[in-house]
Amino acid sequence: MAKLASALVNRLVIIVPYAWLLFFFLIPFFIVFRISLSQTTVAMPPYTPVFDLAGGLAGILEKAREFSVDNYVWLTEDALYFNAYVSSLIIAAISTFLTLLIGYPIAYGMAKAPRAIRPTLLMLVILPFWTSFLIRVYAWIAILKPEGLLNQFLMTIGIIDQPLIILNTNSAIYIGIVYSYLPFMVLPIYSALEKMDHSLIEAAQDLGCTQVSAFWRVTFPLSLPGVVAGCLLVFIPAVGEFVIPDLLGGSETLMIGKTLWNEFNANRDWPVSSAVATVLLLILVIPIVYFQNVQAKADGERG
Amino acid sequence: MERWSRFNIASVVLGFGFLYLPIVLLVIFSFNESKLVTVWAGFSTKWYSQLWHNQGLLDAAWVTIRVGLLSATCATVLGTLAALALVRYSRFRGRVLFSGMVYAPLVMPEVITGLSLLLLFVAIGLDRGFWTITLAHITFTMCFVAVVVQSRLLSFDQSIEEAALDLGATPVRTFFAITLPVIAPAVFSGWVLAFTLSLDDLVISSFTTGPGATTLPMKIYSQVRLGVTPEINAICTIMIGIVALGVVVASILTKRREARREKDERAAFAAIG
Repeated sequence: MAKLASALVNRLVIIVPYAWLLFFFLIPFFIVFRISLSQTTVAMPPYTPVFDLAGGLAGILEKAREFSVDNYVWLTEDALYFNAYVSSLIIAAISTFLTLLIGYPIAYGMAKAPRAIRPTLLMLVILPFWTSFLIRVYAWIAILKPEGLLNQFLMTIGIIDQPLIILNTNSAIYIGIVYSYLPFMVLPIYSALEKMDHSLIEAAQDLGCTQVSAFWRVTFPLSLPGVVAGCLLVFIPAVGEFVIPDLLGGSETLMIGKTLWNEFNANRDWPVSSAVATVLLLILVIPIVYFQNVQAKADGERG
Repeated sequence: MERWSRFNIASVVLGFGFLYLPIVLLVIFSFNESKLVTVWAGFSTKWYSQLWHNQGLLDAAWVTIRVGLLSATCATVLGTLAALALVRYSRFRGRVLFSGMVYAPLVMPEVITGLSLLLLFVAIGLDRGFWTITLAHITFTMCFVAVVVQSRLLSFDQSIEEAALDLGATPVRTFFAITLPVIAPAVFSGWVLAFTLSLDDLVISSFTTGPGATTLPMKIYSQVRLGVTPEINAICTIMIGIVALGVVVASILTKRREARREKDERAAFAAIG
């Protein structure tokens, strides 16, 4: 009896979170896909249901004939969507590269710091992550505005005499993404560098490597798993970013997260926004699966 | 051998300056006398006192806190179970799918998660509002809890658990007597993380909300779109203050616990030796 009970408990540990994620994470994607195949109507909810389970198999087959790929055709016909996907990918790629450029030296400096202060530094990197994303993006508006703090500062010290126009341009989006996602880049690189055996560098230097070439031949390759994880943690969410392009970007900024939001909230076109989301998911599925593998492998190594 | 070069120090200092300067400026200008957030006109706390008369804002704050407490607690239970499942059961049917579902929400763009959850709630006919936001928050925060707890479980000496089981404790009893006390700090920081993520969320809440349930980020967002005001700076400063206080208290508690554990371990080894 006790054995049976314990077996049941063992099952429940898996079943409860499994069922939750299936229901609230996986199944919703199928619903998105289903609705992306339906027609827009002026009603609430604003789409014609494509099938419901009440009709049984026959009902589903009957409804399946009503599937329409109109929404996807629409996505290809209007250049807006294609441009938004492409520009999201480009903006995310540039931002990820910039984040790496800024984040790597920070992670490297932290890993080289005296052991005693490393936990404090780690804490300081994590802390901004706990403060609201929205607040951190908002903070940049006051800085980047034409009459904002950055321009005031630069004009006071005499570097420029005309205010720079940064807010509502793509540059502001790069700054916003780099700033918001920097901890995601620093942390995995830091943990890769921190684990590294320092004697390897010494060996390389003993064998005649200069400091710089020892870095490129030994340190950097060994930190690559951290670099890859960091880049994926920045790139994937940045592609679908909404808050940053909306608050810092301009009217000409095209990013797919914003397009989807507008399609949904302003146009109330649920089927088209579902199609937009489905295509975005298809674009991101490769990096996401890759990220899962990197993550699972890292856990396996630690375990 | 290892030395902290000037270059290393400079990159860390500049990096931290970059991370903190915007937040510091935001806090400073919340005490600005002037309505302009970019021109300093003297110290004042009037924006804070105005907040107390903004009923809409207080209501939103109350909704946000309730959603946060409830969703963080449920997410912690579910996330801890998920972490146990991932670490303790190296093989079960559908494990690959399961670990995929745990990791994917960490990077999934919020617009996709928000839209898909909304469509689910509409499909099953759930009235949108407080409960749908809470369910959505549980779903995306439980994965963060799972990752935090999982990393603690991986560095955990399983032989103690095995010993307890050998001595006849049931798995449930073993969990509460042995495993949970050891992983408690991770479970706690998972809870705090889930709570702050829920507190911060704008996009998923906006998709899954209904009439009557406005959260603080939604309120802030609608005001930010109209322009930067010291009043928003004041709300943000309060939120930052609460989070900073929470994190500091949590880290002190964790440190104290660790210190006590180390002392206990040393005492135990001394007793054996």
